[in-house]
Amino acid sequence: MNTRQMTVRDWLARSQSLIALLLMVIAMSLLSESFLTAENGLNILRQISVNLCLSIGMTLIILSGGIDLSVGAILALSGAVAAGVLKNGIAIPALDILLQFTVPGAIAAGILTGLLLGWFNGTVITRFRLPPFVATLGMFSIARGLTMLWTGGFPITGLGATFGFIGTGLFLGVPMPVWIGAGLVAVFVVLTRKTRFGRYLYAVGGNERAALLTGLRVNNVKVWVYTLGGGLAGVAGLLVTARLDSAQPNAGLGYELDSIAAVVIGGTSLSGGRGTIMGTVLGCLIIGVLNNGLFLLNVSPFWQQVIKGFVIIAAVAIDKANSKSDDA
Amino acid sequence: MTASAEAVLEARGISKAFPGVQALDDVSIVLRRGRLTALLGENGAGKSTLMNIVAGVLPPDSGEILLDGSPRQFANPREAREAGIAMIHQELNLVANLTVAENVFLGREPLNRLGFVDVARMHRATAKLLDTLDLPVSPGTPLGRLRVGQQQVVEIAKALSTDARVMIMDEPTSAITEHEIEVLFGIVDKLKQQGVAIAYITHKLEELVRIGDDAVVMRDGKLIDAAPLANLDREQIVRMMVGRAMPERPPRAAAAGDGEALRATKLTLPHPDRPGGFLVKDVDLVARPGEVLGIFGLMGAGRTELLEVIFGLHAKTASGSIRVDGEPANIDSPVAAIAHGLALAPEDRKREGLVLGLSVRENASLASLNRFDRAGFVDERAERGMVDAAVERFRIKTPSADEIVRNLSGGNQQKVILGKWLATQPRVLLLDEPTRGIDVGAKEEIYTLIHELSAAGLAVIVVSSELPEILALADRIMVMCEGRKTAELGRDDADVESLMQAALPAQAAGAPAAGVNA
Repeated sequence: MNTRQMTVRDWLARSQSLIALLLMVIAMSLLSESFLTAENGLNILRQISVNLCLSIGMTLIILSGGIDLSVGAILALSGAVAAGVLKNGIAIPALDILLQFTVPGAIAAGILTGLLLGWFNGTVITRFRLPPFVATLGMFSIARGLTMLWTGGFPITGLGATFGFIGTGLFLGVPMPVWIGAGLVAVFVVLTRKTRFGRYLYAVGGNERAALLTGLRVNNVKVWVYTLGGGLAGVAGLLVTARLDSAQPNAGLGYELDSIAAVVIGGTSLSGGRGTIMGTVLGCLIIGVLNNGLFLLNVSPFWQQVIKGFVIIAAVAIDKANSKSDDA
Repeated sequence: MTASAEAVLEARGISKAFPGVQALDDVSIVLRRGRLTALLGENGAGKSTLMNIVAGVLPPDSGEILLDGSPRQFANPREAREAGIAMIHQELNLVANLTVAENVFLGREPLNRLGFVDVARMHRATAKLLDTLDLPVSPGTPLGRLRVGQQQVVEIAKALSTDARVMIMDEPTSAITEHEIEVLFGIVDKLKQQGVAIAYITHKLEELVRIGDDAVVMRDGKLIDAAPLANLDREQIVRMMVGRAMPERPPRAAAAGDGEALRATKLTLPHPDRPGGFLVKDVDLVARPGEVLGIFGLMGAGRTELLEVIFGLHAKTASGSIRVDGEPANIDSPVAAIAHGLALAPEDRKREGLVLGLSVRENASLASLNRFDRAGFVDERAERGMVDAAVERFRIKTPSADEIVRNLSGGNQQKVILGKWLATQPRVLLLDEPTRGIDVGAKEEIYTLIHELSAAGLAVIVVSSELPEILALADRIMVMCEGRKTAELGRDDADVESLMQAALPAQAAGAPAAGVNA
């Protein structure tokens, strides 16, 4: 069926996340005086930045037709690795040397850890043709276990002000995590919309068989997607660790679900091939505004969870209802 | 003239709109007892929509359905089925993981006294049905193991298993072999004798000579004419369908070059499940620039698999050697095949050929994005230039290059696939059932395009199970049967009988081949 002109209905359907966000902002502003202030705005942005990093990676993975349950665990290990090498260095007993790390070195080690684990995910999924759900569930356990081994079950604290800057510092009055999140959004919007890789990503997720028969290196695309997802989880791990000045062995528990929620609320199809980074940004904002607003209204955190759950379901239900006309 | 035959089902003044298009506009038809009413019209004419409304799949915006003279409303297909209306859908509605028998009885499983599914009874009944349909498949076979054509036969068995008074068939022969078509026609005859009213959507006008009684011609959602078929001739029908006279096929300049674009030697593909069995066995073939090589064979003859082997899709199991332009080529993946100048338009456009959710532009450039790569970025201006040129060259009917490809008709989707491959500047074009499910007008256009491409120096290999298509397109015809090459004929030596003879398994040769019309 041809849809030649974009009707108001289409536009509303396409902008539903934005409209939902605006309605929430309006409602919260009316209900709480302290909501609509510059300070609280930056606060919300800072609060969502960790989930934003994870969700950008999750968007790529879900667009490719996959899922990643290990991002929270990768976050924890990456943060712990960065904190550990910064504080203690790495001892190599065989050579009787102790490698000391600078702050940039520790940051690189954290991100590299994420990239490596993500690469492992992608390789297992493509080589052994495992369902991503299973492969990343395995990685979830592996990374959690490695984090415990690395930290001995105790937080690594006292990382210094320089490292702490990326979590707590301000630049031009805006928190560093917000800058980092915004920068990543810009990079990945361009990557998905303007590059060959972005095109291949949508093609692989939209119809893997057709992509293969068209000569795309489907497995390469997938390995890259999981590697990037892991690397972004590494960045998120650095933000969390720097913010708290502490790498917690249990950091990021359940974060994978929040990031999947943000991606889904942002209108990305779980079956792959349809969705955008900007949608995910809106999804993160909706979750952030909801958490923040309910907190300001003194709603119990338990109720916050319940309400968030209904928002996820409603978002996907509305999305489904709007896209139904497509398959007529 | 049996116009007095009683009306079983009447649709009155049916209208239906989808976003952006009036699919049906005040259409009325009558289906009569014991008669086959052919619904004719180009894709998008509204035939399938009308039948989906009759079968309870879609609700009409306005109008009413009368069954035996009393108005009925069906909320869903189940209610329609219980009222005696069965529909064989064009898109297969089967579950790949279930067995053939489970599919046939899905939702109506026979139960034993304990309330469990009576598998034995279900298998017996299915075996009987499959037997009448001459499909040599065990009822316990998982459906996914069957080829598309065989699945279509299972869909027919499913419809037959309900005692329907109205049977709707939406292009039931688009994916099945000539032999199965004969069997199906026999069943149609039987159903008519039993008084079943049949609505039959088809693009193959030649079938109607054999089974049709009445015709309903539709165009752009409107009823153009309804009359007994005896009062219409082919040209009249086609003119009503397309709203214009058919263009004459351009005379074919046989311009085969001397070179060999592709030479395959002893291609063999073992059967994945049956040890010692083969899907393709010792097939040699040569494709020359400027020539169309037709490969004809019944379903299961190994045609699709042969193309897949050439295209590097079975690198781990297949054997044999391939030369491209005289040079040995190691084709172990589609990537390698494309690098050697090969291109494959697969049989199942929607599942294998296109990314339906992407635009015409994104699909058309997908195989050649490397040409528009500027440091990893897509040079959209160059890309648009290429796609616009392809849209024009292949006369792709689309509101714009940014239209989602799902919204195009089958013929135009196929043209997008052709455009995609031509952008890679291939030397050998492999086309698997290039006009399956495509309406008459668009079919002719695809034929013209194929001839143009061949005249421009491409080696084209066309696989088809439609004899008229092979005869119209090919300069040279190769016939396959049970994985082997059984004949190779020049265009002038080939006729319906010789091709069919070679396509039928040796022991069955001659038996059901009669009655095939070209």
